[in-house]
Formats: sequence, C-alpha cells, structure tokens
Amino acid sequence: MSDPILTLQGVHTDIAQYHILEDVNLTVPRGGVTMLLGRNGVGKTTTLRTIMGLWKARAGEITLGDRNLVPMATAERARLGIGYVPEDMGIFTDLTVAENMTLAAASGTLDPQRLEWIFATFPALSTFWSSEAGILSGGQKQMLAIARVMAEERQLYLIDEPTKGLAPAIISTMASALRDLKRQGASILLVEQNFAVAKALGDTAAVMDDGHVIWTGEMAELANDADLQERLIGLSMETL
Amino acid sequence: MSDAPDHSPTLASLSISDRLGQAMPYILVPLLVVLGFFAIGSSSSWLTLTVSGLAMGMMIFLMASGLTLVFGLMDIINFGHGAFISVGAFVGISVLFTLGDWTAAASLSLNLIAVLLAIVAAMVVTGILGWGFERVIVRPVYGQHLHQILVTVGGLIVIEQMIHVIWGPHEIFLTRPETLKGAITYWGAALEKYRLLAVALGLIVFVAIRLVLRRTKIGLIVRAGVQNGEMVQALGYRLKLVFVGVFIAGSALAGLGGVMWGLYQEVITAGMGEEMMILVFIVVIIGGLGSVEGAFIGALLVGLTQNYIAFLAPKLALISNIGLMAVILMWRPQGMMPVVKAK
Repeated sequence: MSDPILTLQGVHTDIAQYHILEDVNLTVPRGGVTMLLGRNGVGKTTTLRTIMGLWKARAGEITLGDRNLVPMATAERARLGIGYVPEDMGIFTDLTVAENMTLAAASGTLDPQRLEWIFATFPALSTFWSSEAGILSGGQKQMLAIARVMAEERQLYLIDEPTKGLAPAIISTMASALRDLKRQGASILLVEQNFAVAKALGDTAAVMDDGHVIWTGEMAELANDADLQERLIGLSMETL
Repeated sequence: MSDAPDHSPTLASLSISDRLGQAMPYILVPLLVVLGFFAIGSSSSWLTLTVSGLAMGMMIFLMASGLTLVFGLMDIINFGHGAFISVGAFVGISVLFTLGDWTAAASLSLNLIAVLLAIVAAMVVTGILGWGFERVIVRPVYGQHLHQILVTVGGLIVIEQMIHVIWGPHEIFLTRPETLKGAITYWGAALEKYRLLAVALGLIVFVAIRLVLRRTKIGLIVRAGVQNGEMVQALGYRLKLVFVGVFIAGSALAGLGGVMWGLYQEVITAGMGEEMMILVFIVVIIGGLGSVEGAFIGALLVGLTQNYIAFLAPKLALISNIGLMAVILMWRPQGMMPVVKAK
C-alpha cells in the first residue's frame, strides 16, 4: 500500500448523547478510491463529517499527510485541500450555478481548463450556468455538487453517496466523473451504496458496523467474496 | 477527457403564473401606490402621503436590513437590535449638537456635512458596540433561541440604562439642520425636504447593500451562508468572521437608522429603538427571513400602508401594520422572499 493521505486512529464522535463513532481506525491510501461501506446508520456519514470537522471528534487522531486535523476548524481543513460532497449535496439553491462554482474556487476565479473539463463531463451545468441552482433536477444538483469539488485540485475528496436516488444514466455520468478524477491520481474516500459503482471504482474498501471499521482490504477481494459480504454487511452487496 | 454520456438539456420557459408569482413582491409597492392614488382622490395629498410613506419605509429598512441578515446568516434572534438604534440616535444627535454652528447655518452643504459626520460617528460607535455585543452576549448562546431572546433583551435593557447614565433620563428634543426644515411644493403637494433626504439615503443604502451582496465575493459568501453555513465552511470560508462582520454592519446600519429616525421625529429617547422593534420585526417577517430585498419591499409597504390608512381611516392606522402582516403571511406564510425557511 502507498503512503496514506489520511489516517484516523481511535476516533470517537458523539452526537448529542449518542456515541456514534467508537474507536474508528481507517487509512486512506494516496491516489485511488477507498470505498467506505456498510449498512445504513453504521457511521459512514459521521466519519466523513468528523474528518471534515463538521462533527467534533471527542477522542482520537485524524491526520492528513503529516498534519493533525483535530484542532483545526472546518474551513482550515478545507483550505488544506479536502473537497467535500455531503449526502444532501449542500447546493446553494438561491445562487446561480456559476456562483456555486465560484464559491468552490478558493482563489475566486475558476481555472478555464478545469471548467472545460467540467462542462464536458456535465453539459447540463453549462446550459444552466446562469440559472438559480434551485431549478436543477436532483441529478443536476448532484452534478453541481461533484463539479464544485472538481473546480480545484484537492489533496483528498470526501464524497458521500453521489449516486443516491439517481437515474441510471446520471449514475453513469457520476461514475465517469469520479473515474476521471481517479485517472488524474486523486485520493478519494467514497461512501457508496451502489454496488456496481463501488466495484467499478473502488481500489480499497473499509466496512463499518456499529460505529467501528470492522474490515479493510482490497475492493476486489470483497467484491468477489459473497460470503465475506454476507458476514460483514449482513447481505450480499448485489442486493444493496 | 471524459467518457460521460452526452446530455443536451434545454431551458424550459416558465409559465405566466410562475413568472407572476416570482414578480409579485416587486409589483406590490407600485400596486399599492396606484391603489392609494385612486383611494385618496386628491393628487397633492396622495403625493405628500406617498413621499411620507416612502421616507418612513426607507428609515425602517435601514433599521431592519441588518436584523434580517443577522437572522438569516447567524440564526440569531436579536431583541437587542433596538439598542443600536437608540445609541446611534444619541451619538448622532450629540455630534449634531456639537456641530451646532454648521446645522444652524443656512448652507445645504454645511448641513449635509454635519448630518454625514453624525451618521459616520453613529455607525462607528454602534458598529463597535455591535462587535462587543456579539462577543459578550450573543456568542455564548449560538443555536439556543430561548436563551438568545432572554440575553439579548437583557442586553437591550443594560444598554438603555447606559444611555440614561450617559445622556440623562429625559428625552432630548432637537431641530433639523436649517436647510432640511420645511417643505418644497411640487405638483401642489408639500414635500418635506428631510423626507426626500431620507428617501434618497435609503435608496443609496439599499443599492449599496445589494451591490455588495450581488457583486462581491464577500456578498456571495454571505448569501451562501444564509442558506447553508456548514457548506460554506466546508468550502474553506471562515464563517465566524463573516458572522461578526455582518453583525457589526447590521448594528452600524441600525445606528444609521437611529440618527435618521431621531431627526425625523425631532425627539430621541433611550427606549426609541425598543419601540421601533415591533415595526422592524414586522418588516423582517413579511419580507422573509434573511432577505434584504424582502425587507426593503416590506418596509416600503409598511410605510405606505400606515400613511395611506392614517389618512383614509385614522382609527384603522393602529392595526394597519399587523393587518398587513396577517395578509402577507396568509398569502406567503414564509414571508414574501424568504432566503431562510422558517423551522
């Protein structure tokens, strides 16, 4: 395994009185896609939010390269080069598509080459460039959410269920965009319930259950072992 | 570079009813003005009342604009906002008293410079006061609405008492600068000069706020933060700094409104801001939480309605604003142009 871009060691996160993450240990290799898998409610989204600083880790260490993220505010973590796509997409519906994209560029101006790539990947965004993002369909909003993290090169991409509730054609577009990112050497931690997408994109995988990471390994190993899937997730991933 | 399937979506045009629904808040003020014209009958009275209503609306907008942004961006219910109106009025009027020679001179430029200095002083002091208020009173109660109401009302009382300590317990009467007294006659209508100034200043402030919000990066961050503060932070922006900046700006605008309102009423009291808060809250609610445009339109509607009703049916003037709020909320329960949806 290449040197890790992100490491979580003994991370605990509480939400109100609930102890959600319990001693999470996770390593995300530099370059490639790490799938974060598990049933609903096991702590996948909380893990991403904790890495991003949106939930505070009560205990444990989170390091990006050699930087300790725990004392940092969310904005500082983002400025280190972590791109985050939340499960609810986090689109600013009253802003135009162009304004949503402008916010994603820390320098304030979008790189024309990256924009060209984004438009080639998601032509709808070009069509609706000057329209309020609120009028976009669910799939188009998801495209915009992914496009925002594509607007600049990031050290690490945290993407939470980008294909959730989308039509097959849009899922294919999403997978294609993520594949492009992967080809460019990006490091991606991806929460995904769509097995076909997970299998196609994932290099490594971590499976969570009840607030812990209970298994880590190669995605191919998990994808090809129905018994392992049954044991880790409680059912074959084909049915997820 | 990409092997994504090709999509060629097209923009569908909105139906007439959708377009009308979107435009309706912008149509309401001209509509009310036209209705007022037919209801009042006399064109000179109508013009006088319209200018008076617009002036009142502009001053209420100055006081409400900061509050709606603070509501929207910070999710803070700040009942202490009225304190900045009062402090602004007292500081501004003190400056005008100090510049008595300038305000007594029959020179428009000297009078305007005096008013401008009063406004700057009021905004600086209320801005600094707002910074302290956010740090000491508001910051410990982020996300706790009940506590916010209690502590900001407490802050309001403390600041009002401080006004009594510094400026004395009695109201202070004043007169407007010399060239801003009286009225000009136009189309048979008497138009008070000061009200025309208030309309002009309100418009300038509205355009300035709109330009900042629409054309600058900081404005973009504020508008985004009103909708989804968490995501703004996840994009790398320090929203807490923006919070503080908006709170300071909102307090300073309230101070500006206080100076203008004090000169309008020609009397100032420590409780004037508290009294204005009812109108300010009505404007913020009917405009829609977080919306500066909504607050602007709402303030003009409140000003015009109050003036027209006071002329047409004086007894109803007491309930005109509450009535207006009830009608608007029955039509749009979230206010006319909400940026933040009420929870």
